[in-house]
Amino acid sequence: MLEFILERGNYWAIIGLMMIGLYTLFAATNLIKRLVGLSIFQTSIILFYISLSRIDGGTAPILYGKDAKGHGGGHGEEAAAAYGADAAHGAADAAHGAASHGFEHVYSNPLPHVLMLTAIVVGVATLAVGLAIVVRIREAYGTIEADEIRDMDLDVALAQYAEDHPGEANPA
Amino acid sequence: MIEWILELAPAWAEAHAPALIVVLPLLAGPICAFLPGQGRTAWLFTVLVTGLCTLLALVLLAQVQSVEGGAIISYAMGGWEPPFGIEFRIDALNVLVLLLVSVIAFLTSIFGWPSIQAEINEEKRAMFFGAFQVCFMGLLGVTATGDAFNLFVFLELSSIATYVLVALGSGRDRRALPAAINYLLMGTIGASFYVVGVGFLYASTGTLNMADLAVRLQDVGGNRAVQVGFAFILVGLGLKAAMFPLHQWLPNAYSYSPSFVTAFLAATATKVAIYALVRFLFSVFSLEYIFEGASLALILAPMGIAAMLACSFQAIFQSDIRRTLAYSSVAQVGYMLLGISLGTAAGVSAGMFHLVNHALMKGALFMAVAGVVLTYKGTRIHDFAGLGRSAPWTMTAFAIGALSLIGVPLTAGFQSKFALVSALLSSGWWWAAMIVVFSSVLAVIYMGRILEAVFFRPPNNPQKRHKEAPMLLLVPLWILALANIWVGINGNFVSGLADNAAAALFVGGAQ
Amino acid sequence: MSQKTDHHVILRVVAKPLIPIISLFAFYVQFHGDYSPGGGFQAGVIFAVAVILYALIFGIAPAMRAVPPVFTRSLAAFGFLLYAGVGVWALIMGGNFLDYDALFNEPPGGHDGQHYGILLIELGVLLAVAGSMLSIFYAFAGRVTEIKDEDW
Repeated sequence: MLEFILERGNYWAIIGLMMIGLYTLFAATNLIKRLVGLSIFQTSIILFYISLSRIDGGTAPILYGKDAKGHGGGHGEEAAAAYGADAAHGAADAAHGAASHGFEHVYSNPLPHVLMLTAIVVGVATLAVGLAIVVRIREAYGTIEADEIRDMDLDVALAQYAEDHPGEANPA
Repeated sequence: MIEWILELAPAWAEAHAPALIVVLPLLAGPICAFLPGQGRTAWLFTVLVTGLCTLLALVLLAQVQSVEGGAIISYAMGGWEPPFGIEFRIDALNVLVLLLVSVIAFLTSIFGWPSIQAEINEEKRAMFFGAFQVCFMGLLGVTATGDAFNLFVFLELSSIATYVLVALGSGRDRRALPAAINYLLMGTIGASFYVVGVGFLYASTGTLNMADLAVRLQDVGGNRAVQVGFAFILVGLGLKAAMFPLHQWLPNAYSYSPSFVTAFLAATATKVAIYALVRFLFSVFSLEYIFEGASLALILAPMGIAAMLACSFQAIFQSDIRRTLAYSSVAQVGYMLLGISLGTAAGVSAGMFHLVNHALMKGALFMAVAGVVLTYKGTRIHDFAGLGRSAPWTMTAFAIGALSLIGVPLTAGFQSKFALVSALLSSGWWWAAMIVVFSSVLAVIYMGRILEAVFFRPPNNPQKRHKEAPMLLLVPLWILALANIWVGINGNFVSGLADNAAAALFVGGAQ
Repeated sequence: MSQKTDHHVILRVVAKPLIPIISLFAFYVQFHGDYSPGGGFQAGVIFAVAVILYALIFGIAPAMRAVPPVFTRSLAAFGFLLYAGVGVWALIMGGNFLDYDALFNEPPGGHDGQHYGILLIELGVLLAVAGSMLSIFYAFAGRVTEIKDEDW
């Protein structure tokens, strides 16, 4: 049992981060803290993908030694081009647990890293837009607490209701 | 019926249409941000680009229809052959959504200028159109791509642009800002859940290409990693599609964003997410999985029904017309999900048919509301009183949209609801059919309230002169209104497309 | 502005030689991106960091004079257009979108397209990332008042 838990240590860490992120996202009333929670949540996903790509004994996915020579005759450009095609192959195979594909060395799967590079950029863009909106909220409301903002909006809505229905009792 | 376009289009446009339809707005976005002239040139440019995209979508439709049963157009990005490279894959299902998104974008961007002039600051207008182009490009990309991770990237591109567009409504009402941040938080959770799901699928199959995933998943069978991935994808895309009860971001986002944005988003954003959901449910996963059949019947159908009932009730008690329409949108998503959850070709076809029709009617309704915002500066029912007399053209189109939403015969809404009810009955879900009818009665109440105020109540403020929305707004509005009637009288064109789309999913369209 | 006082003399002395080295390192990462870890994303961020460090130490206003916000925004858009432009170039030459092999219509075995294609793409990424990072920084930093010397 203990072994079962320890073997999957990385996944427990990922689940823990994910839950911390989601909890912060839902429980915090401060909008900045919510965005922080969102970032933690996204970080856990990045770790998830990265641990998917790991292969026992695998090294960084750059061909070296015999592999580089065997696949491009030592010519730099050739090697780079051949590497591209093999990387795609490797990506498909690595997940099946068959990393070595006529290679001397074992390489980690590069594809999840590339995917996460994109995901990081998307995350940064989201965070920037989110923070920009929070700055504007602060300018418009004078606070960044979600519950205070909700109270202010409710007051506006009640005032509007009273205007539309003169003489009626307040619904709240 | 549209083969003529293949003769007119140049060869390069035909060969590269799947890429061009996404690349054009992609290039146009940054260019837009730098066009001079207080946004007017940016607007003209936007109309041009969305128009060209509409033509490209028509070319694609003609290409797909040129083969009996629907061709599959595969386009390898950068010359990398699928499944290793990113593939754009157009079949009968997504060509329908592509056409819908680009037509709506074209029509809304025509009407957008007067509305944007009134609601967006001069120095922000060019940037505004840039963000709109990026949003438009993202929606097209989600629809066109055949790669699961690429779909996430496009989904987030369009969403990030959407958050900006929604937040720009703060010039009119500061509540747009909290609405935008809520949308951002929920939308990002949705997209992140989707990525986690894709990660599980990738871990168990080693591929990201959807067609390849479908093949490999059949070998893998329904192990637990695949099931967890399925659940994550369902929740993630459900959030984006405003599936009940994950719809909380939608009413505020639609009520406070600029009118132009509301009209565009209401007609396209959730539709594209539903398309992605359908693509995953039927094309990537196959119905043989027991867990999927169960989740359709036990999750999607109850959610759809709950949306139809709860959100229709909520729509009745709103005093703001845009909120009424927003809640009604969630309810309509319920109809589509109910159709999809049947898991039969007839059900999916009815769902897709309703998806198109709903875009037509909500587009018309929100455009008419935008016209009223422009001339009378109010969106409450109170403000709409007596407008039937002072703005007859706008309000007649609004009424056509409203009748279509209710599902009165001779309108688009009737055709698709009829298709949905007959699909439900043929599967023996008579109880669900009764709920559809009951929910339509609720629609009569909430739209009837508005129509009563518009046509039968005296104007609030008798001094208000006869004041119609500008011509630029009336023309696209009436095009959409007439499209509602045209589909209502002769629905064969659209329902035929929906049938083809469903057929593409069920007759080995994935392979 | 804090330039006249000498409160941060150590910071300024350390930063002055550091900033050019950071920019240089950005270009190292950029041009080695073809064959080794690195590339436009990382280089763009490192390059932006050089300017951000300058802004942190010498103040936002001098940084905005050196690298104006209009310029960073244009840079982001231009980088993006460069990236997409390579794709369109490939389209015009008869290949698929972003198909580097089609760029020069080479005979099979030629690698110029692959070579220059990825070089231009990475350059586009560098400009776009550096431009947008700086735009984001300016958008936030430009809104708050500068920290006074007494608050340090």
